[in-house]
Amino acid sequence: MLEIKNLHAELEDGSKQILKGVDLTVPAGQVHAIMGPNGSGKSTLSYVLSGRDGYEVTEGAASLNGEDLLAMEPEERAAAGLFLAFQYPVEIPGVGNLTFLRTAVNAQRKARGEEELSSGDFLKLVREKAKTLNIDAEMLKRPVNVGFSGGEKKRNEILQMAMLEPKMCILDETDSGLDVDAMRLVSEGVNALRAPDRSFLVITHYQRLLDHIRPDVVHIMYNGRIIKTGGPELALEVEKNGYADLLAEVAE
Amino acid sequence: MADLANAPELEVREGVDRETVETVQNMGSYKYGWDTEIEMEYAPKGINEDIVRLISQKNEEPEWMTDWRLKAFRRWQDMKQPEWAMLTIPDIDFQDVYYYARPKSMAVKPKSLDEVDPKLLATYSKLGIPLKEQMILAGVEGAGESPAEARKVAVDAVFDSVSIGTTFKDELAKAGVIFCSISEAIKEHPELVKQYLGSVVPAGDNFYSALNAAVFSDGSFVYIPPGVKCPMELSTYFRINAENTGQFERTLIIADKGAYVSYLEGCTAPKRDTAQLHAAVVEIVILEDAEVKYSTVQNWFPGDEEGKGGIYNFVTKRADCRGDRAKIMWTQVETGSAITWKYPSCILRGDESQGEFYSIAIANNMQQADTGTKMLHLGKNTRSRIVSKGISAGKAQNTYRGQVSMHPKATNSRNYTQCDSLLIGSECGAHTVPYIEVKNNSSRVEHEATTSKVDDDQLFYCRARGMDEEEAVALVVNGFCREVLQALPMEFAMEAQSLVAISLEGSVG
Repeated sequence: MLEIKNLHAELEDGSKQILKGVDLTVPAGQVHAIMGPNGSGKSTLSYVLSGRDGYEVTEGAASLNGEDLLAMEPEERAAAGLFLAFQYPVEIPGVGNLTFLRTAVNAQRKARGEEELSSGDFLKLVREKAKTLNIDAEMLKRPVNVGFSGGEKKRNEILQMAMLEPKMCILDETDSGLDVDAMRLVSEGVNALRAPDRSFLVITHYQRLLDHIRPDVVHIMYNGRIIKTGGPELALEVEKNGYADLLAEVAE
Repeated sequence: MADLANAPELEVREGVDRETVETVQNMGSYKYGWDTEIEMEYAPKGINEDIVRLISQKNEEPEWMTDWRLKAFRRWQDMKQPEWAMLTIPDIDFQDVYYYARPKSMAVKPKSLDEVDPKLLATYSKLGIPLKEQMILAGVEGAGESPAEARKVAVDAVFDSVSIGTTFKDELAKAGVIFCSISEAIKEHPELVKQYLGSVVPAGDNFYSALNAAVFSDGSFVYIPPGVKCPMELSTYFRINAENTGQFERTLIIADKGAYVSYLEGCTAPKRDTAQLHAAVVEIVILEDAEVKYSTVQNWFPGDEEGKGGIYNFVTKRADCRGDRAKIMWTQVETGSAITWKYPSCILRGDESQGEFYSIAIANNMQQADTGTKMLHLGKNTRSRIVSKGISAGKAQNTYRGQVSMHPKATNSRNYTQCDSLLIGSECGAHTVPYIEVKNNSSRVEHEATTSKVDDDQLFYCRARGMDEEEAVALVVNGFCREVLQALPMEFAMEAQSLVAISLEGSVG
């Protein structure tokens, strides 16, 4: 599914190198978590993979199902099945959530050579998905993320994910700013989307999200690299002892 | 394909040959013939008293009308083009323009697709305008996404200098509504025309209104009798087709006491290398308790990326709320024209009269727009509201110019102005020039203005969800304009949304 090899990236103005050789493979159907202290490059990794401006890849490769991600525009990556759930979802005043969703769904379908959804089919689909995610109809009518609470914004991201049915989902600190209930709802949404042909890369600070979304593999990122990979127990270890022991281990 | 049999309501004016009507009707299905080749009858180039007389004679006008025109022409000769707008207007040789052109008979040469600029094809197919034209001319509405049942819209279609036909005439007549071309009104309803023509925009009001008064060839006339709510929306469809021809249409709308009408105006013109002149005048008279909604979607050819060609659009539109509690609402979407000079204005003369102005002006590439409104508060307790959304992209310059004036007797009056500008790219400009005059102590004027740039984070968010850059810009801009788009009648809302996308093409990346 997702293959990242020796990925190096710096800020576009060359002022700072952030990714210093990331190696990571997420096979189909698996959930991987990336943990690590602030400033270790976790969010940058998600931005570089999704094609945000402002970063330059200086070395290495990243592919999705064999397709070279780095050669594609952000919208092409999305159509190829990559989805990034934003840490801070952007507000778009005046644009209804439904309009946004429909434009996105149909843009991807068009890019893949599929027929666009009719109004009726789209509405049916979106109501169905919203219901399973506990999103009320009122939220669908409001402008994208405008005036949404933190929890609503994250649920909206998961709704987009459910509508777009991506192959590879990256969740960038989706747990930040969520209370326990909201976190459970978001996790349930993610779990409902788990499928043999869909993978997740969950970027998080805390174990508590991983209590709900059980990862198959946990990676620890530090200073632009994956420094350790292990099973779910690795996250518990971090939770218990912090990163200090791990970093000391690496330094040895 | 629409044909006459399918549009039995279309009442064709005498003297218009069948082919001309069919050409216009079939503009819809005839997708690639955007530049309709039609044999034209022209008046000699240039303007002088003989040309003015000739136009008057072609329209078989009474003498008082000819005299009115000649008077205007003489005024115009002494006038100068206004220079206060923030526009760079190339020298216009007013003697190098045809002031009258009428389709003689149709001579359509089937063109192969290869001859047509693929960009133009893409534009029109995206816009779906051909279909729209066909539907409008057939008098039906209700396709697309609007689930509403078919709504009837009566149309007066003006092709170059002449009105070629009006739909639903009988049905309107039953309600007492007069809807016809102005040339017909001059002959059939001289008492109304005499009373109101030039009463809102006097011939000598400005350079272009004087020019229009001298040479206007046709246009639309509407009279809604007292207490009548017009049973359907009325619309005029303007099309400049002939080359080197100016279009000077004149619209006169009168809403008598307690009347109501919603009026739509649409315009297109084919792509030409040479610029074309359009100087229209719209006068609206609104009596006691009457209400008029006037909506325009202006989609003239804006010129190419280098600024070659396009329409020079110098238009005077004004509504006079003459009676107490009279109400006017202007809604405009301006995407076309190389140069736009246009200020649909409201005279709030009656006590408690109301004026509203909702505007989207988009300028891309080399387009220049100087547009806005005037709210002249003369009566007591008058209200006005201005919502202006200006979008500049490419190297375009977009100016909002608005005048709000509270006269000494306009006590307890209110104005609220919201004027937002959006910039796309770094080479364009947005300017706001409000003139505010308050001459009494009890009135209140509010002006809010913002300028913002299309936000990179918003664009990335959209792109990460699969939209390409242009789609993303269109979505964000549609959101920015939403308030105004919502004020448009349904007939125009969808079209206006796609227009926003199309007119911003090439503005990013």
